[in-house]
Amino acid sequence: MSVVLSLIVFLPAVVAAALLCVPSRVPGRVFVGTWIATGLADLGLIVAVWTGLPASGGFSFEERLPWIPSAGISYHVGVDGLSLPLLALTAVLFTACAVFALRETRRVKAYVVLFLGLQTVCLGVFVALDLILFFLFFDLSIVAMYFLIAGWGHGERGRAAALKFFLYTFLGSLALLLGFIVVFLAADPHTFDIPTLVTANPLAGGGAAAGLALLAIGIGLAVKTPTVPFHTWLPPAHTEAPATGSAILAGVLLKMGTYGFVRIAMPILPATWRDYALVVVVVGVVSVVYGALVALAQTDVKRMIAYTSINHMGYVLLGVGAAGLAPGTDEQARQLATTGAVTQMVSHGLITGALFLLTGVLHDRGHTYDMGAYSGLSARTPRFAGLFAVAAFASLGLPGFSGFIAEFQILTGALAPAPIPTAVAVTGIVLTAALFLVALQRLFLGPLRIPDAPGAPRPFADLHAGEALAIVPLLVLATVIGLAPRFLLDVIEPAARTLNQLVAR
Amino acid sequence: MPSGYPALLVALVAVPLAAGALLALAGRRADRLAAPVSVVLAAVVLALAGAAAVLRPALDAPLMAGIRAGLAVDGLSATLVLTVGGVLLAVLLVAAGEPGLRTGRFAGLMLLFAGAMLVTVTATTLAVLLMAWEVMGATSWALIAYYRRDAAAVRAAHTAFLTTRTADLGLYLAAGAAVAGGIGSLGLAELPGAQGAWLHVVTVGVVVAALGKSAQLPFSFWLSGAMRGPSPVSALLHSATMVAAGAYLLLRVAPLLDAAGWAASAVAWVGAATALLLGLVAVAQTDLKQLLAASTCAQIGYMVLAAGAGGTAAGTVQLVAHAATKSLLFLAAGAWLVGLGTRQLDGLRGAARRFPLVGVTFSVGALSLAGIAPLSLWVTKDAVLAAALDRSPALYGVGIAAAAVAAVYSAKALWFVWQPAAPHAVRPEQEPSGWVAAVARPPLAVLALLAAGLGLLPLLGTGVLAPAPAPAAWELALSAVLALAAAVLTWRLADRLPAPAVLSGWLGIERAAHALVVRPTLALASALARFDDQVLDRAVDGAARTTVRAARALDRRGEHPLDAGVGGIAAGARALGRWARRPQTGQLHQYYAQASVGFAVLAALAVVMIAVR
Repeated sequence: MSVVLSLIVFLPAVVAAALLCVPSRVPGRVFVGTWIATGLADLGLIVAVWTGLPASGGFSFEERLPWIPSAGISYHVGVDGLSLPLLALTAVLFTACAVFALRETRRVKAYVVLFLGLQTVCLGVFVALDLILFFLFFDLSIVAMYFLIAGWGHGERGRAAALKFFLYTFLGSLALLLGFIVVFLAADPHTFDIPTLVTANPLAGGGAAAGLALLAIGIGLAVKTPTVPFHTWLPPAHTEAPATGSAILAGVLLKMGTYGFVRIAMPILPATWRDYALVVVVVGVVSVVYGALVALAQTDVKRMIAYTSINHMGYVLLGVGAAGLAPGTDEQARQLATTGAVTQMVSHGLITGALFLLTGVLHDRGHTYDMGAYSGLSARTPRFAGLFAVAAFASLGLPGFSGFIAEFQILTGALAPAPIPTAVAVTGIVLTAALFLVALQRLFLGPLRIPDAPGAPRPFADLHAGEALAIVPLLVLATVIGLAPRFLLDVIEPAARTLNQLVAR
Repeated sequence: MPSGYPALLVALVAVPLAAGALLALAGRRADRLAAPVSVVLAAVVLALAGAAAVLRPALDAPLMAGIRAGLAVDGLSATLVLTVGGVLLAVLLVAAGEPGLRTGRFAGLMLLFAGAMLVTVTATTLAVLLMAWEVMGATSWALIAYYRRDAAAVRAAHTAFLTTRTADLGLYLAAGAAVAGGIGSLGLAELPGAQGAWLHVVTVGVVVAALGKSAQLPFSFWLSGAMRGPSPVSALLHSATMVAAGAYLLLRVAPLLDAAGWAASAVAWVGAATALLLGLVAVAQTDLKQLLAASTCAQIGYMVLAAGAGGTAAGTVQLVAHAATKSLLFLAAGAWLVGLGTRQLDGLRGAARRFPLVGVTFSVGALSLAGIAPLSLWVTKDAVLAAALDRSPALYGVGIAAAAVAAVYSAKALWFVWQPAAPHAVRPEQEPSGWVAAVARPPLAVLALLAAGLGLLPLLGTGVLAPAPAPAAWELALSAVLALAAAVLTWRLADRLPAPAVLSGWLGIERAAHALVVRPTLALASALARFDDQVLDRAVDGAARTTVRAARALDRRGEHPLDAGVGGIAAGARALGRWARRPQTGQLHQYYAQASVGFAVLAALAVVMIAVR
């Protein structure tokens, strides 16, 4: 039995525990440097797992230890093509945030320790193969993020937004737990083990219990994803969070919701998923269009990006919903839809992570997210403008970047099973183009205007090397996936095929 | 799928794409070298295009589940890659003479654009075509908005990108429909085999996207605003390449149009209508670039007409001849804009006399555009019309009327630039430099030669360059006489031509699009944003507040009485205790008295019990 996954997951926590013993008067760079090294080590291990993943599909690198045997709970971890890309995304984003944090000056020790803890928790979600283990990591992520927003956010409003975030998503995870318990009770023998439950398919007969389980799990995941109408915690949380917190929140925490659909809801409740797939599709399409339209009306750049996350996550729901419609008919279409949904999770993490780090740079210089306060920045900060433009075009799904590979697969695959919803969802492509063009125009084109400090004009520096070093790799990865996606799709496709077979049972 | 020389194809598209991306992102450091480097790279691209046209390379690779990525150069693509390479080189040479355009950003974006166009015309599957197609749209946005402080240019760039992208949605739907219809590879050549109703969805999607990109009706308006961009951009994008890409796509998928039945004649009629109506719009313009832009829509209308009428070769020769002619005209207009500071026809009086080389080359282009024999567009347009006549005399009638209109707008432009310089010069829109760069002259001369001589193509060409049916002698004579007559008549009336508002305003479609699409969308967006803030978010906050309020109420109404009850029980117990303590006095005689009373009561009780029994 290989322990590499446990090593990947708990390395950051162990490092965090060690850092706790270091006095806080040690320079902040030591803490951040340790964090960067930890992130790179994790990344190296994940690359090793990536190269060692068999092409056949199924779980690899599994570890299983009894934990609470009397309740059917075990420490069970493993990866497949659905989880490994997200595991890699998590490590990449945390490392990028670590590099970005080189400029952080406030309570650096606590900041780094908290982030390392969050890193363990986030990695844990994507390898957990036990519902309770999954739930534990899922919930702890909320706790750590709460402290990040409250402690390093923007003052009093930050604490209010953090509280809202915590309570809303915590309520969501309670719904999730309720669903897990229903599934547990339906299984014979009672167990929380995901592969066992997938094989047993305990609620295949349908009925009220199956509907209740999917409803509870669905709402729990929908809050986290988030989809309309459960999304209102997201904009304030993003606006008040520090840049790195926003990048992780959008890049990793939202993926826990969508990942839950492909890891838990679809394979454990296939029959019920098929029955209600149209609901999922509709929720996805509403999120796509509604998120894009509301984003179009924003004047605060961070709120705008937050709403585009709702739009992008809507595509994921469209993809996984379409895979449940008309099962067994057009295999290629469903294959495209589910593969596209997983690709979209990775792509959105990279691109939106970069966008949130860039808005952090903007706030650092101008102390406001209001787009009306800026104009013509491309003349003063060409590097920042160039990277922001690249990230914006990537986010609006321009080919050559990962977003297109994801959205094209989802839309192409979803048209056959769900023609009308997909035709509606396609309009989101034009809406996101419009909103990013308007944002680029407000911030970067026209005559130069930057918010003045009272008295002397504030210096408005271009991107620093450290900031660029954090952001550029994310966009490079998004471009590599956009131009040569096979290395990623080769990992996702076998797992997506297995998933489609499980849903079609 | 045959695969040969894949490295050549990769080089052909990767050189401009990679170099363009690097130059565009290099920032101001690259400005000094940008112009010469871009010219050298364009020459390399042209050489690679020549090699590709001879060797006909192809490559094919998996892209997504079942979907292929393929590039190949066949006869049609060979013509197109040579056209793109040639125009790119000419345009970059001329742009090197404009100080404002000697930047890494400009050169990089132009190369990036050209690379995307090269991928578009060599793509063998819908997925790759769509990728390049959209990159073209995005780079055209950046190029139209090249003068970043010009708010009108930025707005025009938005209009261009959003209009073409809206039409591009057709390609997204076409891809989905192709998969649904059983064409899993998305191969362009296989699309006519799509099953059932999906065939029609594929066709509609492809046609809409092509019409949008080619600025055909009803999408023509975006090309008007795009004229705010630099003239070399218009010479590359809005004459020879991007707008031509739509026509190319329709020529490429002509079998699909035929398979769908209705599509071929619908496309032919849209092309004919655009040729006529946008020709009339061109006549009504007072700005040279606007006139040229409207005439571009009209001339591309002929290519679209050819695609619908089954004249693939005719459409191809029209595309090539028009590319040379129109990029020449845009470059000349740009040279005058730099030299004289204006593009208003009134302000350009005497322009041809002041800069004779530009004047002569412009005249060759304009005469070709007018359809004057024996210049190139006279022949190629008649090749298109011959195909149209084969399908329907009515199509031919509209087409020949549009040819007369073309002679009118071309002669109008010529008349203005050959007038004696006006004494009351119009105020220039920008600072005139008073000269034309030497580097711009050779490309203009070469393009003029091509604009004059490419009419030989249909006579000498084979395969995709040999139109069938060839135009009959009477057709050629008729159109030559008609064009000459219209041109002569125009020469006499040039400054008295009617310009109704509907024509000078490009048929009012942009205003209609704003009123019917843009404004309602923005209104819906802000309404939903208000709903999000004031209903959804308030509801959540309200739920939280209600919870707190319920807790307080429970505290007041439930907790207090409950606590009071518990307190009451305690107080009662305490009172009982107090009473129970009363007898505990500690004095013996009182205890005796209590005990005797107690015994007495017990005795009385015993007596009563016995008595009752």
